[in-house]
Amino acid sequence: MLGTLMAISALGLNLKYGYTGLFALGQAAFYGIGAYSSALITKDWASGWSGNPAGGLAGVLALEVGFILAVIAISYLKIGSLRHRLREGLSKWLTDFEASVLATTVTLVTGVLIIVVIGGGSGWLVRQAVLSIVPPVLGALPPAISQQVIFALALLAGAVLAGLAGFLIGLPLLNLTYDYLCISTLGFGIIMYVFFNNADKLIPTLKGARGMVGIPNLTTWPWVFICAVVALVVMRNFIYSSTGRAILALRDDPIAAETMGINTSKLKILAYALGCAYAGLAGGLYAHLYSFLHPSNFTWLKSIDPFVMVVFGGVGSMTGTILGAYVFEILLEGLRVLPAALVDWRYVLYALIVLVVMLFRPQGIMGTKEWGFLKLPRIANRKHQQEVPAEATPIEAQAVENQES
Amino acid sequence: MIHSDIHNPDPGTDSTILKIDGLTKFFGGLRAVHNFDVEIKKGELVGLIGPNGAGKTTIFNMITGIYPVSAGSIVFKGQEITNRPAHEITQLGIGRTFQRIRIFPNLTVLDNVRVAYHSHAAYNLFDGVLRSRHFSQGEQEMTETAQEFLAVFGMEDLQETLASNLPYGAQRRLEIARALATAPELLLLDEPAAGMNPHEIIELMDLIHFIRDRFHLTVFLIEHQMRVVMGICEWMTVLDFGEILTRGTPQEIQNNPKVIEAYLGSQAIRTVA
Repeated sequence: MLGTLMAISALGLNLKYGYTGLFALGQAAFYGIGAYSSALITKDWASGWSGNPAGGLAGVLALEVGFILAVIAISYLKIGSLRHRLREGLSKWLTDFEASVLATTVTLVTGVLIIVVIGGGSGWLVRQAVLSIVPPVLGALPPAISQQVIFALALLAGAVLAGLAGFLIGLPLLNLTYDYLCISTLGFGIIMYVFFNNADKLIPTLKGARGMVGIPNLTTWPWVFICAVVALVVMRNFIYSSTGRAILALRDDPIAAETMGINTSKLKILAYALGCAYAGLAGGLYAHLYSFLHPSNFTWLKSIDPFVMVVFGGVGSMTGTILGAYVFEILLEGLRVLPAALVDWRYVLYALIVLVVMLFRPQGIMGTKEWGFLKLPRIANRKHQQEVPAEATPIEAQAVENQES
Repeated sequence: MIHSDIHNPDPGTDSTILKIDGLTKFFGGLRAVHNFDVEIKKGELVGLIGPNGAGKTTIFNMITGIYPVSAGSIVFKGQEITNRPAHEITQLGIGRTFQRIRIFPNLTVLDNVRVAYHSHAAYNLFDGVLRSRHFSQGEQEMTETAQEFLAVFGMEDLQETLASNLPYGAQRRLEIARALATAPELLLLDEPAAGMNPHEIIELMDLIHFIRDRFHLTVFLIEHQMRVVMGICEWMTVLDFGEILTRGTPQEIQNNPKVIEAYLGSQAIRTVA
């Protein structure tokens, strides 16, 4: 189960690193964001830490909707170019310096106002709506079902929050490349670790370094399985769509992709945020698996785990990533059956296996190959298409006959 | 539907398609291009030549938005495009190839071309993820157009080959096909004949003439090999140390002592004379 869960997170990293070519290391931070935010929601429903059983859900949703609407407003009103336009307009009456200072101030004030008014306002509205609608509606359902509905909402909200965090971090960072991006995302991972450690000062029930307890134990095998399948299908369809192709092109050669009319900065942020959302989903499942969360589960070292899975299985291969995740978890968890004296050696064993794979198969177990339904759909050659007669081929006719009989 | 404009010819009129004024580029203290100007009319085949390091590729990079411009203006079809993002400039109708081939090596030949349609895609991300009807229609349309393109370049049998496995000449052809797939009106070719043998060069010259007529393009090309520029360009600009040395028809350029000096040094002039 843990393997499947890690596979979801690793799939997200594979999108960032394997497909988009972003060498980013902060996966554990987004995993943590998803875990803590979804835990807040379900814990509130189960034991009501905030006074209203839907308080957690309302809070997280308000944050998300407010954030999204503020971003939409800012990009729609073109606040970014407001300063430039203002300065040009003002420079007729004022000196260059005055115009520039005035334009910058006006732009900043407008930006903050928009965030507060639109973001805050819509957030407040959503919060009130959720608080007044959700408890009576879900209260009418049997408790077992409403619990599951809240869990689904919590998982979704956690994934979205992690995705939004990725978007926010990605905006300034994704223009960096390779090692610079790696170090800065690592930095974000450390910031989030410190945040989780001190989170009780913001929301007491998160319990900070003492570890969050009382999360309902809701993660069952069907939930993990459904999430993994949905995640996988979405990833496959995404990669084999036009956007996916553009992302692969961007990985191969960003400048050439740009001259193909592809907005590379936008795509990078999209892929990064989606990868983070995968980590958030996995985090949400993890939180409800052991019903205990501790910041040490989300240190930057934990960001290395999905990375090792991806590299081990094959960078840019979904099959490989899943394989890597299972091998990793089976080795680490499965080998706990070893006698106590040898248990700690499993890390050594794992490192050795990774080393051997890297030496003899540097592209990972699968390379970029895929199995089964994850394969790139083949496209018939135009010439061959024309040669194929319109009526059913003998094999198809046979199949029809077999069905009828 | 994706490519209505490229298949509906707009016969070359006398109107200006690209007008560059006072284009200047500094790299730190180095003045790579100084006060470059050119005016290209629709349907022309124009060359840009000059010794190594004269700033030719820098000019292309500024036109296509890869480098920011230090000073000057670039107007394409009456529209100011100076310092616009590169992908917007492509979408407006300027396609280009690179001096060192920049195909997408890990994509198949077909996908290399299909990438060019991304900004015209008839379906959005949600259609793609949900595999809606829009997706399959849009995808099929893209595939068919891409295959038509490959057929024009005689590469339809190679569509599932990884681009990195193609021979050099075919990679060049693929790069040109890919640039054409973005539906440009102006095509910038950066040393298309670099690294080609004499036989391939002749094929390339035919190809350039062919695509210009077939797709009603204006072509602006950088070239080192004199026989290519002399063979296909109607007129050309000569660049040396970032400044315009002279411009004229191939015959005028060939006999211009300043050009010979720039290429071969002043010693050569005396020998020739």
